[in-house]
Amino acid sequence: MSKFKKKKDGGLPAINTASLPDIVFMLLFFFMVATVMRDNSLMIDNHLPSASEVEKLEKKNLVMYIYVGKPSSQYKKKYGTEARIQLNDKFAEVSDIAAFIYSERESKREEEIPYLTTSLKVDKKANMGLIGDIKQELRKVNALKINYASIKGDVSRNKQ
Amino acid sequence: MAKRAAPEVNAGSMADIAFLLLIFFLVTTTMEKDSGINRKLPPIEDSDEDVIIKQKNIFTVLLNGKDQLLVEDEIMELKDLRAAAVEFLDNGGGTDADGNKCDYCKGKKDPRSSDHPDKAIISLKNERKTSYGQYISVQNELVAAYNVLRNRRALEIGPRRGFADMNFIEMQKNYKDVNWVGNKEKLKELISQIKKEYPQKLSEVQ
Repeated sequence: MSKFKKKKDGGLPAINTASLPDIVFMLLFFFMVATVMRDNSLMIDNHLPSASEVEKLEKKNLVMYIYVGKPSSQYKKKYGTEARIQLNDKFAEVSDIAAFIYSERESKREEEIPYLTTSLKVDKKANMGLIGDIKQELRKVNALKINYASIKGDVSRNKQ
Repeated sequence: MAKRAAPEVNAGSMADIAFLLLIFFLVTTTMEKDSGINRKLPPIEDSDEDVIIKQKNIFTVLLNGKDQLLVEDEIMELKDLRAAAVEFLDNGGGTDADGNKCDYCKGKKDPRSSDHPDKAIISLKNERKTSYGQYISVQNELVAAYNVLRNRRALEIGPRRGFADMNFIEMQKNYKDVNWVGNKEKLKELISQIKKEYPQKLSEVQ
C-alpha cells in the first residue's frame, strides 16, 4: 500500500564492523613498535638455567650472543650429540670466537665498544669444560664483560 | 549525462590484511628481556708477579665433575653455601689494607677467618665435567651472599641518608628507573659506598 516498506520484525541487525580494522591496526602498530626481530634461529637445544639473583640486560644492541648446547634433533646426525657452540646461525669452534667478537666490534660505533657485553646462552646440561675454553678465548680478545643468561627462578630447577 | 558518484571501495578485506600483518609481527616478536648474572672476567696479565694473599682470606669453593660441592675442604650442600659465604665475608676479624677495622661487620671476628670484606676473596673452581646448571646455582648462591650483606647495609645506613625502607637491589632499580622521584646523585653515592664496603671479589679460576 504504502511507498515505504515496513521493516521486518525480528532478526538481529548486523553488527557494524567498520571499526574492526582500526582496532586491528592499533594492535598491529603496538607489536610493530615493540618487536625485536629474532635474529638467530637456534640449531641447538637451549634450556637456560634458573637463578634468583638475575639482573636485566639493558641495551640489546650492545649484546653479543654465544649459544652453547647439544645440536637439536634434525642436526644430530650431522653434528653428533656433544654440546656445540653456535654463532650467528652456524655451528662454530672455540677458535672462531675471536673472529666473531672482532666482527661484532667492527659493526658497532667506536665509543660503544667498551660497553659491549657477551651473553653466554648455555644449555644447563652443557659441561663447564667448554665454557672454560670460551671464557679463556674471550679473555684473549679482551671481551671481559660477560653475562650468564639465566631465567629468574629457583636454583633447585637446575638439577636434572 | 549526469555525473555519477565514484563507487565506494570495498573495505571489507582491510581487516583481513591487517590481521595478516598482525599475526606476522606476533610470531616474530620476542618480548622478554634477557636477564642473567653479570660477571667480569679477569684480564690476562703479562706479569708473573704473584700477589700473596693469606690463606684465611680465601674462601675456596670447589665443584667437581659429579656436581659435588667442597667448601673450605669440607663437603657441603648447596643450601648451606649462602650462609657459609655470608659468615666468611662478614667476619671482619682484622683490618683492611689501610689498617681500618670493619665497624659495620656483624660477624664473629674469628681471627682464623677473613680479615675484612675488602680483603675477602671467594675462589670458585670447577672441573671440566661440572654441569653448567650446577655451576650457575653455585654462582647464584655466592652472588646472593653478597646481596644479603649489601641489603642489610643499605637498610642500616639508608634512613640516615634519606632513603628509608629501601634495600640495595631496590636502590639499584630506582637508580635506573627514569620515573623515580628522588635525589639520584645522593643515591648513586650511597650505592657506590655500599659497593665499596662489600666489594664483590669472586674469582673464577680453572
